[in-house]
Amino acid sequence: MEKERPQVLICGGTGCVSSGCKAVGDALRTELLRKELSEKVEVKETGCIGSCDLGPVVVVNPGEFFYEKVRPEDVSEIVEQHIIKGKPVQRLHPHSLKTGEPFKTIDEMDFFKKQVKIVLRNCGVIDPTNLDEYRDRGGYEALKKALKEMSPEDVIDTLKRSGLRGRGGAGFPTGLKWEFTAKAEGHPKYVICNADEGDPGAFMDRSVLEGDPHSVIEAMILAAYAVGATQGYIYVRVEYPLAIERMEFAISQAREAGYIGENILGSGLDFDMDVRVGAGAFVCGEETALLASIEGKRGMPRPKPPFPAQKGLWDCPTLINNVETYANIPFIILNGPEEFTSVGIESSKGTKVFALAGKINNTGLVEVPMGTTLREIVEEIGGGIPGGKRFKAAQTGGPSGGCIPAEHFDVQMDYESLTKLGAMMGSGGLIIMDEDTCMVDIAKFFLKFTQDESCGKCVPCREGTKMMLQILERITEGKGKEGDIELLESLGNTIKRTALCGLGQTAPNPVLSTIKYFRDEYEAHIKRKRCPAGVCPGLVRYEVVTDQCRRCGLCIKVCPVGAVE
Amino acid sequence: MKGVVTVETVTLTIDGQRVEIEKGKTLLDAAKKAGIKIPTLCHHPALRNEGACRLCLVELEKSKKLVTSCVFPVEEGIAVRTNTPAIREARKTILELLIAGHPQDCLTCTRNGECELQTLAEEFGIRDIRFERSPKSFARDTSSPSLVRDPEKCVLCGRCVRMCAEVQSVSVLGFTHRGPEVQVEPAFKRGLGEGPCVTCGQCASVCPVGAIYEKDSIEDIWNALGDPEKHVVVQVAPAVRAALGEEFGFEPGTSVTKKMAAALRRLGFDKVFDTQFTADLTILEEGHEFIGRLTEGSGLPLITSCSPGWINYCENFFPEFVDNLSSCKSPQQMFGALVKTYYASKFGIDPSKIYSVSVMPCTAKKYEAERPEMNSSGFKDVDAVLTTRELARMIKEAGIDFVNLPDEDFDAPLGISTGASTIFGVTGGVMEAALRTVYEVVTGENLDSIEFQCVRGLEGVKEAEIELNGKKVRVAVANGLGNAAKVLNSLRTGEKSYDFIEIMACPSGCIGGGGQPRNAGLEVKELRAKALYDEDRSMELRKSHENPAVKALYDEFLGKPGSPKSHHLLHTSYKTPEEKGIKVVKTAV
Amino acid sequence: MGTGVCRCGKGVEQRDKFEKLDEIIESYKGKEGALIPVLHEVQQLFGYLPEEVQERVAAGLGLPLSEVYGVTTFYSLFTSEPRGKHRISICLGTACYVKGAAAIVEKLEEELGVKVGGTTKDEKFTLEVTRCLGACGLAPVMMIGDHVYGKVTPDKIKEILEKYD
Repeated sequence: MEKERPQVLICGGTGCVSSGCKAVGDALRTELLRKELSEKVEVKETGCIGSCDLGPVVVVNPGEFFYEKVRPEDVSEIVEQHIIKGKPVQRLHPHSLKTGEPFKTIDEMDFFKKQVKIVLRNCGVIDPTNLDEYRDRGGYEALKKALKEMSPEDVIDTLKRSGLRGRGGAGFPTGLKWEFTAKAEGHPKYVICNADEGDPGAFMDRSVLEGDPHSVIEAMILAAYAVGATQGYIYVRVEYPLAIERMEFAISQAREAGYIGENILGSGLDFDMDVRVGAGAFVCGEETALLASIEGKRGMPRPKPPFPAQKGLWDCPTLINNVETYANIPFIILNGPEEFTSVGIESSKGTKVFALAGKINNTGLVEVPMGTTLREIVEEIGGGIPGGKRFKAAQTGGPSGGCIPAEHFDVQMDYESLTKLGAMMGSGGLIIMDEDTCMVDIAKFFLKFTQDESCGKCVPCREGTKMMLQILERITEGKGKEGDIELLESLGNTIKRTALCGLGQTAPNPVLSTIKYFRDEYEAHIKRKRCPAGVCPGLVRYEVVTDQCRRCGLCIKVCPVGAVE
Repeated sequence: MKGVVTVETVTLTIDGQRVEIEKGKTLLDAAKKAGIKIPTLCHHPALRNEGACRLCLVELEKSKKLVTSCVFPVEEGIAVRTNTPAIREARKTILELLIAGHPQDCLTCTRNGECELQTLAEEFGIRDIRFERSPKSFARDTSSPSLVRDPEKCVLCGRCVRMCAEVQSVSVLGFTHRGPEVQVEPAFKRGLGEGPCVTCGQCASVCPVGAIYEKDSIEDIWNALGDPEKHVVVQVAPAVRAALGEEFGFEPGTSVTKKMAAALRRLGFDKVFDTQFTADLTILEEGHEFIGRLTEGSGLPLITSCSPGWINYCENFFPEFVDNLSSCKSPQQMFGALVKTYYASKFGIDPSKIYSVSVMPCTAKKYEAERPEMNSSGFKDVDAVLTTRELARMIKEAGIDFVNLPDEDFDAPLGISTGASTIFGVTGGVMEAALRTVYEVVTGENLDSIEFQCVRGLEGVKEAEIELNGKKVRVAVANGLGNAAKVLNSLRTGEKSYDFIEIMACPSGCIGGGGQPRNAGLEVKELRAKALYDEDRSMELRKSHENPAVKALYDEFLGKPGSPKSHHLLHTSYKTPEEKGIKVVKTAV
Repeated sequence: MGTGVCRCGKGVEQRDKFEKLDEIIESYKGKEGALIPVLHEVQQLFGYLPEEVQERVAAGLGLPLSEVYGVTTFYSLFTSEPRGKHRISICLGTACYVKGAAAIVEKLEEELGVKVGGTTKDEKFTLEVTRCLGACGLAPVMMIGDHVYGKVTPDKIKEILEKYD
């Protein structure tokens, strides 16, 4: 068996690339060449492993030994000690924040222990540019199985039984969506992958596109088979150049291998696909806006009905799912719905990938069973809050979501539980905030975002978010008025009920949920003109405590702008 | 007619009332049928619905969800509420938001008293605005000779954009930028007068507020009327008489020709003439031209040239068809050229003292009067152009009790006309009038039935074949520039060929002109058309070549149709966009 | 514009670019939804989308100019103003914001002497903000050209900028 052949995986996700993994890889190859080990040791760049803040990350097999923050100058030691002598390099392992002990292998790390990988099954494991590696791990087997053994109805039925729900935000049952599109009249039909991952703080789709592009392609071909589509588009945001490159390359590989094109694998199925690149508009993540954008127009949403399944791209029936949703599908088809439903909870099956970021020790991508509690994610996987600070709240669902305060730390992370709290699963961005975060400021940040990104078509979103932002601005500048909170609530609720699209309907959520849980902070800003977290510049004042001042004059000397006289 | 067409219907409940309505209609349609008026702003009966303003939201009883009634299709058995506390609160908030961003100069706004936003604010009893007033600050665009754009007033409903792009295929106005920066404007912030705008004014006729309107000529005309030195004459286009009454509370479709003549006299015009006189003249000149081209078999199809919006469109977007345009000036400009020549000399009036005014259903006529070549009388042929709406304002300002005015006639001789010229105001009318004359001139026979039903009706494109001395003449009639483009593209591709085409820039022809009373849906325009056809039927003379005043004009002054003098005064030539000094991106399609 | 003789060589370069522009348009002719892909390529070619280029795209694809302009002003990637040699995008995603991206923006504005959206006088840098680069684990991040810098602090800015000429 080749099993024993040493293998070095270098994480090539965007995080590690920016931390300098390319240089590490080059140094490693040079070193191996120098030691005449090139033939014996396999080196490959994988997609994102998930623990972005530890980059550049290197994993040595066999044994999944994990090295963090590897520099080119560390490489010779890894080769000499670990690969040649079999003694892992202690100093490059990450260390437990609790015990100070090193984590030698992936299995030992708290960050990975509770994770269950379905969506990210290949990320960080395979070389995403190597089709064979995808195939070695069961890639395109689901497609073969479906084309050979299953009717389109069987595929849809399997999805329905899996209980898979859309991972893009609203959690609509995926099987039903496929069924609607399959039953819709009209030709041609389209299959679209929404990879316009715009929620700030979410990057799981990016990791899948970069680290396992074929899983998305395979799922889209399955979709084409199930709904009867002939053309597909992957709409990727322009901010993801590596994802675009990988996706385009993978499509060309799939075309060459006969997975897309005419008469796919001799089944008679014809399906082709292309990448379409966004141009910097958050609203294009909304499905009708995305369609307009692919058609070459301004990304303006339109009212539903008609739904894309009936009238989508160029008024033809169109199936739209997001990247993470697709990435689940080959797994479900290949392993059967039962394997999938064994993970998760009754109302939400399978896993969810969260992008853990903000004020937390271990940032990165984590995939956990639906229903895992926020506490488990933050404390066990995320390793808690840095600097001994207190957990204040987590923001889920980006600008469409809301915050979860400490009192709900034990909430199960699933669609219904989050919605009940006024937050939202959204695409899975999970931003952790500590006591130094001002919730009014955060609400203002999100409002500014949605207001800038509003397409400007409907009145509640265009004018309403502008007014909400105006009110928040005056509150954070210390000019808040009695009644401002109530006005925000009233306007926010109206926008939710009346805006045209998902962006507008969810835009007030960050404000409404911070008011719900942190009303006292709003009141402190308005009534006492104080920002408890000390963030809002208009509300921070410096005073000299006269009893204690010894008139040393140091403050005068060090002030860079001469503000002390 | 015998085949029974079964229309599939659905039954639903609106505010407790059961309504049966055709499948495919919207909740807004169903509510209207039930006698319930749902407030709207971005909706317009002539345009595709966008669902942008959100005022028309209604509540589905079962789910309590608010849905967009202007686009939500009717469904069997659903129950809808249109007036619940939640809906009222939503509508009021939306109105407050709109008003907070809108200038507060209603009293001095052109749309004061006829502004849809103002009306909604009044209907919903908006008294306090809970939000900070934050009106936008933009400069007015006055670069067009016909239209003024005031972006500060724009509520971004997109009606003008849909009209300009989807109905008229001109696409000068578009949405630009995003979010709070969104604007409606021409590309690169160019002025309307600097680009391919054809000045049809359809944007102004669908604008719910004062964001785009005709350039006002009223003050100039008051000044002329008040100047004892000036001999002020007025001509009125056919379509004006079918719509002016609406401004004074008459039912749509009431023809007010004679009260209008009386009103104009009371406003102080020295002579009250009729553009229909030169409409008859146009038929003789254009008919002559058509027969000439038909005989020679060149320059076909001949395309009518009465509509200056259409002329602009052809020059700007379809220059290869400019040679097919009739060289005849429009009736307005023929009139202008004759008033300061024929009329002046016949009645011994110093043409330099004549101030010539026209009342038109049209904003493009303002532009047309400004074209530099329109001075064949030696003076500016038409000094000022009023729209139907402006005339109504003048009558109101002068305190004239229009409703109770006596009936009066136009002045002779330039007020004498036939029924053929009356129907110029509706799509197909010029074609029909031309056919009445051309047929009789070519065949030498009298027509049994002079009503050419084949070219009547408000459909966008009509086609017919008429036999003339054994030769089949293929004609087409298009109204609205989008439909004009369809016809021209079918000529381009060779899919169709015609001998004679009538094109009017505005949907339904001049009765739907950009200067007419606003917001006429198809029903209102049908009634206006009927008014003109009825008036034609009531006329003693119904063929242009039988107009005695026109005959006298030829005898006394012009000679015969197509004479050198006719050519000098009544015909014109066309220009490229470069010659007009505007920038047009030529599309390659 | 003027007909003066230009000696800078830019005229020739410009002509080549317009030829290339026509080739791009030609390669997309007849394809549905071509406008945005064409604009991407054309902006790559010219660095921005000047008026006459947008006019040429409109004419070439048979679209009204208002539609092209509507699209270029809608998407924040497209610009009709020339930009600097290096484009700096500071991520203002949530993670970066929470971790102090605002201070990075401030520092960059100070160092470059331009506000967000502006280009330095020497046309070297254009300063922009962007929505989430998807590198939240390294927040706060910024991107210069295609290179992502993670865990940026205000005191690192000067050093980073010095790498570019």
